[in-house]
Amino acid sequence: MPRFLATALPVALSMAMSWTLSLALSLALTTPAAALDVLAGVLRVDYPSLLPISRYDLRPGDLGFAGAILADEDNATTGQFLGHSYETVTRSATPETAEAALEALLQQGVRFVVVDARGPELLALSDRAAAAGALVFNARASDTALRDTECRGNLLHIAPSDAMKADAVAQFAIWKNWPEWMLVAGSNLTDQSLAEAYRRAARKFGAKITEERVFVDRGGARRTDSGHVLVQRQLPVFMQGAKAHDVVIAADASDYFAAYLPYHQWDPRPVMGSAGLRPVTMHGAHEAWGATQLQTRFEKLTRRVIQEEDYNVWLALRVLGEAVTRSASTDPEVIETYILSDAFELAAFKGQKVTFRNWNGQLRQPILLYDGRITVSVSPQDGFLHQVTALDTLGLDRPESNCTAFQGGSQ
Amino acid sequence: MKSLVWAFCLSCCAMGAFAEKAFVSNERGNTITVIDTESWQVINEFSGGNRPRGILLSPDGALLYVCASDDDTVRVFDTETYEELYTLPSGPDPELFVIHPSGNPLYIANEDDNIVTVTDTESHAILEEVPVGVEPEGMAISPDMAWVVNTSETTNMAHFISTGDFQIKHNVLVDQRPRYATFTSDGERLFVSAEIGGTVSVIEMAENGTPEVVAKIGFDVPGVLPEWLQPVGIKVTEDGSRIFVALGPANRVAVIDGESLDVLDYIITGQRVWQMAFTGDGKYLLTTNGNSNDVTVIDVAKEKAIKSIQVGEQPWGVAIQQN
Repeated sequence: MPRFLATALPVALSMAMSWTLSLALSLALTTPAAALDVLAGVLRVDYPSLLPISRYDLRPGDLGFAGAILADEDNATTGQFLGHSYETVTRSATPETAEAALEALLQQGVRFVVVDARGPELLALSDRAAAAGALVFNARASDTALRDTECRGNLLHIAPSDAMKADAVAQFAIWKNWPEWMLVAGSNLTDQSLAEAYRRAARKFGAKITEERVFVDRGGARRTDSGHVLVQRQLPVFMQGAKAHDVVIAADASDYFAAYLPYHQWDPRPVMGSAGLRPVTMHGAHEAWGATQLQTRFEKLTRRVIQEEDYNVWLALRVLGEAVTRSASTDPEVIETYILSDAFELAAFKGQKVTFRNWNGQLRQPILLYDGRITVSVSPQDGFLHQVTALDTLGLDRPESNCTAFQGGSQ
Repeated sequence: MKSLVWAFCLSCCAMGAFAEKAFVSNERGNTITVIDTESWQVINEFSGGNRPRGILLSPDGALLYVCASDDDTVRVFDTETYEELYTLPSGPDPELFVIHPSGNPLYIANEDDNIVTVTDTESHAILEEVPVGVEPEGMAISPDMAWVVNTSETTNMAHFISTGDFQIKHNVLVDQRPRYATFTSDGERLFVSAEIGGTVSVIEMAENGTPEVVAKIGFDVPGVLPEWLQPVGIKVTEDGSRIFVALGPANRVAVIDGESLDVLDYIITGQRVWQMAFTGDGKYLLTTNGNSNDVTVIDVAKEKAIKSIQVGEQPWGVAIQQN
């Protein structure tokens, strides 16, 4: 026995496990598991919105919540062997009732809240949760600022930032040797900040934006019966006379025009970004790295195909479940410390472990590039190197982030 | 039908030593490639059902069992005629399995259903379905036949199932996405590979009779990104002196000292090296390389790759007759 323990030490060191954690782990393995009941909440904020351009993008009533049910099942299967039980309460709210809904969850004793909301609501909810000592997982908001100046110490980001997604697209374009971009952005604030993420990605990876155009949002319905007739005449004219470019990058966070771009340009070029080849965390046809099992479990449970929102919520609760399993605790502080430690790792059907940036609370994960039917590619791309992990070539890197709310953050 | 099979077995045994054959399951090509382990020539390739993955032989070498994952069945072939004899119920999406040293039963991991199916190879009936963790994958049986071990990829545990009453008696947490499990021939140690965790856990029975992780083996290859060092298949030499670990997309097999558990060397193989098997004399180790469609032959004593053999599309598993 002692012989093997002696050999275990350098291995543990090389894996950069902290001593206290490996001690805690061995204790958890050798002592009888203590019973733990894990109570979590999912709060989804539904915004007034127009119908999407495509019926495929209609939001099912259980969007996101379905991921929570699957995560509870997955966590409970593991938990049964350790005496851990999992229960997740789901709530939907409007932007106006979101705070009251959070209050109700906190009253119930929930201290782990997955929030599916836009940036402004997310921040307000996170601050209220912080006052109650609760940990928040962001399953939706992609604002890069939330990982930068606006970060919060009790807010972990499961959803990738606009910067991560733009970098994922940019790396693929560079790998393809398509360095000249035409950037077409929407006129809304969120479209413009997404466009800024693509400008930043172009600078970062050496692409050149040869032409920029803004497609103005004039409101109104996004689709009409036989509306394609007009689209086919108007869009090519809008796209006419652009400087030479290899690819069109669409920045349409509000989803009102990008879907119409492919095939309606003046110059025949691939479209990427908000249409064509899109950066996503998951889609219903992704099968690599064992994801088929995730898909079949999800479809058996819900009788529909998984969407990004479902996966993001599932992943948030799996992060929580993994931390409970390894730390044998339900204390939000202990859980967050473990999640941000070097010991934390999780398999998420992405071919490599997902971990957290301990300087801004962002989950590192590969980004799938999806054409609407299959996984075309996965970023980070081959050849984009980083001294810590290739995943840190996506999004804000440590020296670029102005987040100071975390121990590992810049001072 | 069954008497025919037995007649065949008897005639095989009566013929004495037959040439040793290696059988490779080709996951994408839906075929089984047969390799002569003396000449290293491919001598046949036959249909293996849809998405053949886990592959093993009956103890007498007469029957070949193949997990046809997309057919939700185990297909059984004659190792002389390559004819499909019958199928066995496996539960949905069978991936990896082990056979009791007596030849009966089979213990099958059902990745989609969180169960291990125990199938009688003679009556062709399902004896038991054991609920385990999420996405069961790796299977091992202890040399004393007391334990069947299953690893579950999303639960990240090795489950110790008693072969007596099919109940789980112990659960051991290992690193992310445990893929494969195997015992040393003396049964003292169990090795479990964690594909995403990048480690091999070494598990021993403590004095109080509960299994525990006593060491973890990590990997480090200069010039290879750590995230691509993904341990999958494991094979241990009969004397326990060497442990070979296939490192998937790192395209290498690690050679580990059985005593010190130090990694001694990395042998370069084909691409996405997955499962492995020893020849009957233990002299050679064959690896399946899923992304280069070949098998690498490793000289075990020299710890060197000596040959690569082109097989079908995306080879996954390999089983070799033990003469």
